[in-house]
Amino acid sequence: MRRAGYDGVVLACPITVPYARHSARPAPWWIGRALDGVLRAAGMQKPQLDGFACSSFTLGTDSAVAITQHLGISPRWLDHVPMGGASGLVALRRAARAVQAGDADAVAVVAGDTNAPDSFRRLVSGFSRFSTDAVYPYGAGGPNLSFALITDAYMRRFGARREDFGRICVAQRANALAYPYALQKKPLGMADYLAARPIADPLVLFDCVMPCAGAEAFLVLREADARAARLRYVHLASAIERHNAFPEDDVQLRGGWAADAHELWAMAGTPADAVDIVETYDDYPVIVMLQFEGLGFCAPGEAPSFLRGKDLTCSGDMPHNTSGGQLSVGQAGAAGGHLGIVEAIRQLTGAALGVQVAKASSAVVSGFGMINYDRGLCSAAAVLTA
Amino acid sequence: MSMLADFAAAIVSGKIKVIDLTQTLSPDFPTIQLPPEFGQCAPFRLEEVSRYDAKGPAWYWNNFSCGEHTGTHFDAPVHWISGRDLPNNTTDTIEAKNFIAPAVVLDCSKESAANADFTLTKAFILEWEKKHGRIPAKAWALLRTDWSKKKGADYANVKADGAHTPGPDPEAVEFLVKERDVFGFGTETIGTDAGQAPHFTPPFPAHFFMHGAGRYGLQCLCNLDRLPPTGAVIISPPLKIVGGSGSPLRVLALVSS
Amino acid sequence: MKVPPRRKKNPLAVTRLPLLPPAAPSRGALKLATLAGQGRFALPVCTACGAVSYPARDVCGACLGELAWRDVADGGTVLARTVLRASGDVYFRQRLPVRAGLVGMDAGPRTVAFLHEDAEPGTRVRLTLRLDKADQAVMLALPEGFAGEDALLHAHGCSLRDRRVLVTDARGSLGAAMAARAVAAGAREVFAGEAGTWTSREALGQSSLPEGVLPVPLDLTDERSVREFAAEFGGRVEIVINTAMAPRPGSVTEGDPTRLREAMELEVFGTARLARMLGTALRARGADGDYPACAWVQAVSADALAPSPGYGAHAAAQAAALSLALSLRAELRPIRVTTVFLGPLEDEWHQDVPPPKVAPRAFADAVAAALERGLEEIAVGDVARHLLERWREDPTLAIRETTHTS
Repeated sequence: MRRAGYDGVVLACPITVPYARHSARPAPWWIGRALDGVLRAAGMQKPQLDGFACSSFTLGTDSAVAITQHLGISPRWLDHVPMGGASGLVALRRAARAVQAGDADAVAVVAGDTNAPDSFRRLVSGFSRFSTDAVYPYGAGGPNLSFALITDAYMRRFGARREDFGRICVAQRANALAYPYALQKKPLGMADYLAARPIADPLVLFDCVMPCAGAEAFLVLREADARAARLRYVHLASAIERHNAFPEDDVQLRGGWAADAHELWAMAGTPADAVDIVETYDDYPVIVMLQFEGLGFCAPGEAPSFLRGKDLTCSGDMPHNTSGGQLSVGQAGAAGGHLGIVEAIRQLTGAALGVQVAKASSAVVSGFGMINYDRGLCSAAAVLTA
Repeated sequence: MSMLADFAAAIVSGKIKVIDLTQTLSPDFPTIQLPPEFGQCAPFRLEEVSRYDAKGPAWYWNNFSCGEHTGTHFDAPVHWISGRDLPNNTTDTIEAKNFIAPAVVLDCSKESAANADFTLTKAFILEWEKKHGRIPAKAWALLRTDWSKKKGADYANVKADGAHTPGPDPEAVEFLVKERDVFGFGTETIGTDAGQAPHFTPPFPAHFFMHGAGRYGLQCLCNLDRLPPTGAVIISPPLKIVGGSGSPLRVLALVSS
Repeated sequence: MKVPPRRKKNPLAVTRLPLLPPAAPSRGALKLATLAGQGRFALPVCTACGAVSYPARDVCGACLGELAWRDVADGGTVLARTVLRASGDVYFRQRLPVRAGLVGMDAGPRTVAFLHEDAEPGTRVRLTLRLDKADQAVMLALPEGFAGEDALLHAHGCSLRDRRVLVTDARGSLGAAMAARAVAAGAREVFAGEAGTWTSREALGQSSLPEGVLPVPLDLTDERSVREFAAEFGGRVEIVINTAMAPRPGSVTEGDPTRLREAMELEVFGTARLARMLGTALRARGADGDYPACAWVQAVSADALAPSPGYGAHAAAQAAALSLALSLRAELRPIRVTTVFLGPLEDEWHQDVPPPKVAPRAFADAVAAALERGLEEIAVGDVARHLLERWREDPTLAIRETTHTS
């Protein structure tokens, strides 16, 4: 059966609660502030909100259900999406169908996490059963270990050099210098990158995101309602998701995008090279390369040479992670899986907080989540259009 | 009562000396070792209950455990099969007055130093009597060997062919019991019998004849070198163990200076 | 890497704390560790399609079939490697850098492993499962054909070489053989505990202790003796081998009750006493330098698992001693507690027991080998091996099989 499109579904009200390296405020505060931001931007009162999707790693035993009572909302459509870097796109896909079918009129998609000095260590130490059983006992490096192995294998297989990863980090830092909420504000040059402290060979400090506290949110609703409320919005042109793709691969040198990219572009009606902005999930630069390859910008293994010929800054020929991405803004837990969507909405509605990409009318946003044992299991992507 | 008052005064003044004939009860002190197939005498063990700590903030005390024949100890007649049917043959039934008695000390220290298997003979006793007079009736016969000055392995002196420690031969024991009517027999070694006594006939004559005649035993004594050949009084009350065959005890000697 | 040479400790340096690697194993990982502790390289294998699972699954990831643990091929090829130079974990921060990699196993799945320095991507390796300091199973990847010593193996084993060893009962045949074996294995010091030193070895019909052994008075039934040993030498013992055991015939109803008490006093109270006096010091030095305190070996009669007829009294004491050892396994971490099950010994107390019986030298060799690999449960001798095998399969049946024969 042919998949139905997301006609009439739009995204609006991009909200970012300014990030902090560490915070004493618990996760519900961050989620609450983000939801408040969405409602204010939408000009809605709480009773008008009938859909709520929530993602967070730091709610303890609470889920979205408990958050409804905590925040005093009474949605008729509720979702909790524990998929980390893919949570924003997965929530978006589900919310889109809900508003399309009328199960909800407006869904606030919210992600927020807090961060205390020891909370990241505790999070990764109990991240998943396979990780706890079979990765963590080997140095307790958290995701660094698994991504170092993927990066090592990628470099050996495809001849990528450290400079190829550095180029991504350096360009994102340039973008972040203009983005007000980025935590990394020190200019970064290639020499700085190459001389950085090694973390897990071949990864260095600037290949790794900095855990922090923060929240991101947006509203999913029908276009008619958005127009009536005079909101600036973008269309959801297409979206895909895939979990545990290619389990037979020895090392994760491709993500789930490779399985579904053709459908993504077919539904969007545009080829990859026609989009104006690319927002990838950049927990480590090697994953950025897998996204360029998997989404069809270039062939497998060719991302290093493909990106060598591109300018990834906001003013370049391939604006990428235009707010600076997680590598420069910080990784606020599950909010990292919403950062790219929120930034794309801003760019496509002409409301960028940092550098506005000129004449941007379409963006592809992709997500990647849940490193479990040796690989990230969730891949997702969406094409948004002005 | 003036006799007792005089006695007390003599103790206080030192006219009567009190000599401790007891070895310290400690885990290090050897106990008799029987062939492994037999039941064994438990060594002395001390386990702290509390020492001004969480287990007892203001007090110190121990639990101890041992056999009836551990350390300096008393043998009751019931200890040996030859004395099993005698009346009042256990530690709880022996008359209290029997715990105080005079003693003679047969000094075999030189002979024992020269020969670990030295045996006390009737001839030796008769020779001793020539010098010190006839052993009076109802007196302890204590065998001084200076063995108590040895430690550990030298004290036990166990070799592959058994223990080698001095003790009486059967004829000497029979003589002491029947001809001299001794009260009991005491030694400095682990037993009242010689180390090689299993090979005597009967085996373990000190045990066999003494207990068979309702007499007592004292072993692992020390300080016998501080006693006169005659004239000492021994105080040796064992613990009042029900049906006890013996008991560790404090043995005191009274000696007039 | 070469095994680091043993150096004297700087007495002014603060001792490295005996921290544990992070461990929150699933039931599957516990099973893996259990088998690894027995020296096996086994993984869940699908009973329907034969696919091998790693990490341990509860259902076959290929066909959703049922899984059973089976020994699998231990070869593999290195797919990727890293050197971890930062960690949020306090245990690994003491030990950085850590060389780790991803290995494609010949058996099918991939595994993260600690890598030998010559195990580079593309090279063939042999995987071995070892228990880490938290008693969870970890994979070590060594170059195919590698033999000999290596720092990685050294750190994940409890080798006697260059270690200071206490054998608790050198008066017993097991202890005497063990002391000699420790000397032969290159132990730095071997303390040979001797109880009842007022009886000479000659009197007991025993040959003298081997050259290089240091006899020390130690009677596990004597509180003061144990305390004195611990006070004097507690800071110098890295491996405890508790061989103090007095297996004597005697049924529960007709046996000599003093025998039971003696066995309890020596094997149960004695083991507890030694653990109480020495355990804390041992644990405290569990990460001290390159030759930390590392192991407690407990010799246990197989009767502890299923009492042989006619040995019921001693079996009870051994069951209690085994239980103590199992508690010590948790209490003494990072000290490896190795239980060594023994069949009837080739000694004067088992004259009427037909062979096969355990020769003291076989015990000593098995302990040395188990320590080398850091195993936690072995059996010595055919009788114990056969019983343990059946006991692991079905404990109640193994007990019935043992007690039913007369």
